[in-house]
Amino acid sequence: MDFSFSEEQNLLRDSVKKFVDKSYTWDKRKALLESDTGFSRDNWRAFAELGWTALPFAEADGGIGGNALDTMIVLEELGKGLVLEPFLVGVIFAGGILKRADAKTKSKHLPQLIGGESIYSVAYAEPTSRFDLFQVETTAKKEGQSYVLSGKKLAVIGGNAADVLIVSARTSGSARDKSGITLFAVDAKQPGVQRTGYRTVDGLHAANIVLESVKLSADDIIGPVDQGLSLLESAADETIVGLGAEAVGVMQVLYESTVAYTKERKQFGVPIGSFQVLQHRMVDQYMEYEQSKSMLYMATMAVDSGQGLAKAASALKVQIGRSGRQIGQAAIQNHGGMGMTEELPVSHFFKRITLIDLFLGNADYHLDRYRQLG
Amino acid sequence: MDLEFSREELAFREEVRAFVSEKLPADIREKMDLGQPLTKEEHVRWQKILAEKGWSVPSWPVEYGGTGWTPTQLYIYDDEMGSAGAPPVIAFGAKMVGPVIYTFGNDEQKKRYLPDIVNSNVWWCQGYSEPGSGSDLASLTTRAVRDGDHYVVNGIKAWTTLGQHADWIFCLVRTDPNAKKQQGISFLLIDMKTPGVSVHPVITMEGDHEVNETHFEDVRVPVENLIGKENQGWTIAKYLLTHERTNVANIGNLKRGLRRVKREAAKVKVGDSVLIETPAFARKLADIEIQITALEFTVLRVLSKVQRGGAPGAESSLLKVRGTELQQAMTELLLEAAGYEAFAYVPEGGQSVNAKWTARAAANYFNYRKVTIYGGSSEVQKNIMAKAVLGL
Repeated sequence: MDFSFSEEQNLLRDSVKKFVDKSYTWDKRKALLESDTGFSRDNWRAFAELGWTALPFAEADGGIGGNALDTMIVLEELGKGLVLEPFLVGVIFAGGILKRADAKTKSKHLPQLIGGESIYSVAYAEPTSRFDLFQVETTAKKEGQSYVLSGKKLAVIGGNAADVLIVSARTSGSARDKSGITLFAVDAKQPGVQRTGYRTVDGLHAANIVLESVKLSADDIIGPVDQGLSLLESAADETIVGLGAEAVGVMQVLYESTVAYTKERKQFGVPIGSFQVLQHRMVDQYMEYEQSKSMLYMATMAVDSGQGLAKAASALKVQIGRSGRQIGQAAIQNHGGMGMTEELPVSHFFKRITLIDLFLGNADYHLDRYRQLG
Repeated sequence: MDLEFSREELAFREEVRAFVSEKLPADIREKMDLGQPLTKEEHVRWQKILAEKGWSVPSWPVEYGGTGWTPTQLYIYDDEMGSAGAPPVIAFGAKMVGPVIYTFGNDEQKKRYLPDIVNSNVWWCQGYSEPGSGSDLASLTTRAVRDGDHYVVNGIKAWTTLGQHADWIFCLVRTDPNAKKQQGISFLLIDMKTPGVSVHPVITMEGDHEVNETHFEDVRVPVENLIGKENQGWTIAKYLLTHERTNVANIGNLKRGLRRVKREAAKVKVGDSVLIETPAFARKLADIEIQITALEFTVLRVLSKVQRGGAPGAESSLLKVRGTELQQAMTELLLEAAGYEAFAYVPEGGQSVNAKWTARAAANYFNYRKVTIYGGSSEVQKNIMAKAVLGL
């Protein structure tokens, strides 16, 4: 029983911190936020050079065989910097699907993902699916040797700039069947792919995507035909754990900056941090943060052992959804009017933690999933 | 980071499990399972079984009767005991006055008091709070005035838990009324049979006699019953507050409580279905299970720190606040599960006209409101964390 980090892990954390300190000053972040793609390809290449994009992949697949704890460290630090590059979806989610697929798919896609040459995203959510990954109305009709994709996808994070989209589509069955779902790799520039890009309220960029008779070949299939759901689910669960790490980083900043602010800000002639009502609210933040961190460690272990990952991911998602809400709302409340302004970083962290709950199923959704997993 | 228990630790867990399974008397096991309070005889019987095995005071130094286990072994021991429904050892002797005596007492005191605690020959109770001193413990006014070889004690101690069973009481008393309030306090051991000591039952809302008021009227206490130095009592009280707080969350017991609620809720009929299938109730169960998991990993993180030589600091307060909230939530769930069958008032030790498991549902819900109040209320714990963690 040992919760300490190894020397290598401490070095990894330092290298991410260094990147954030250098490349994510508040001014640089603001400039990126207002750019067309909303992030920087140069930063993405830096991720690849630093080895982060290779982290969650086996050496046999061209990766560096890191474990879930290594990934956790990277995402926690990226969270503290509110980094805009879609690392979570591009590497953990898309990569999580690819690394679970057959050797041919892996050799086709992983080198360019790991090398940072192509940016991937995952298009799974639909107007009627809400958080159910198995609710898929997008169809992939087989015509001769080809597949023709048609449908609508929502909230594809980084989808505005991605080079390759991994799309869930129905090859058989009806909208809510758990079988009959197949995953496809779609070149984002292919005819029939219409992307409407937008900035998300928390500063990332995303796209809604309409697929209109997009013609694909059997080579574009990722994983087994009709049985793509389990691939998607496992990768989504691993992504939730990564998201949990990012959330813990965001929560740490929210709670620590609140404590710092209340020590500085004076009202009635004293620092407002001397008021017990505010103190207890901040102690609640501290406790929620620690409980989230504990749950993150638990779920991170589940990724590495492969035991009970779905349940662990749901438990974590419930925890960070609720803790994130308390910590975020308390941060704004204790900052008072200043917490409402765009000028202070705290509001940006609050917006991020708010959307983290809604991504890949909110706390209520995962509470039900947790109990149904038995 | 390695969150697995070692092979030796797992073997140790099996050893503890096998021991409880073999040695915990069936009648005590059943009472624990039904949430019934135990009699003095039942507590002592179990503690003597532990003493015979050498496990009654596991965390003590070996020379006084402890085991020399690692912090992880101590955690596993508590976890298994809680999980198996073994009665927790009454803390006042084994976890409070015992450690105070071996830490601050002289050789004579160690020889005189410790063996009887190890072997459960003497029942101790605690005299800290007073009618006018709750969370502000240092405001206590029970006086001890030196008179030759004796202190003469006058005052009232409140909330003396199970004082009706006790042979001895350890008290914080004021020996210097002129010093600053924390500085004039001493730690005194008092034989309950001394003339002038009287115990007055306080019946709590569920109808049980668990706590008392203990009155001291010109009670003559030999000077050799003073622990440590005169006016050093506050240091001793603070030492106790941070001693053995990793088990304050009592994860094993929480897990057992959850299993129990699940077991009963699976039998409670709701039309054609059962309560555990009802979405609202099932969500509450899932919710509490998730919170227990988070707390368990926080406990393990603290344990890892202690194992590496650190001391649990403000984390103890977190564990106390969250652990007690969950204990209360568990009693609330069992009460809800019992529904109409919880209506019947059942006096302590009595039988319900309804299903056996429902007899204590309401009583324990009422009784457990105490846990966020005693041992430093949740609010006091938050004040401690605000100071220690947030630096406010």
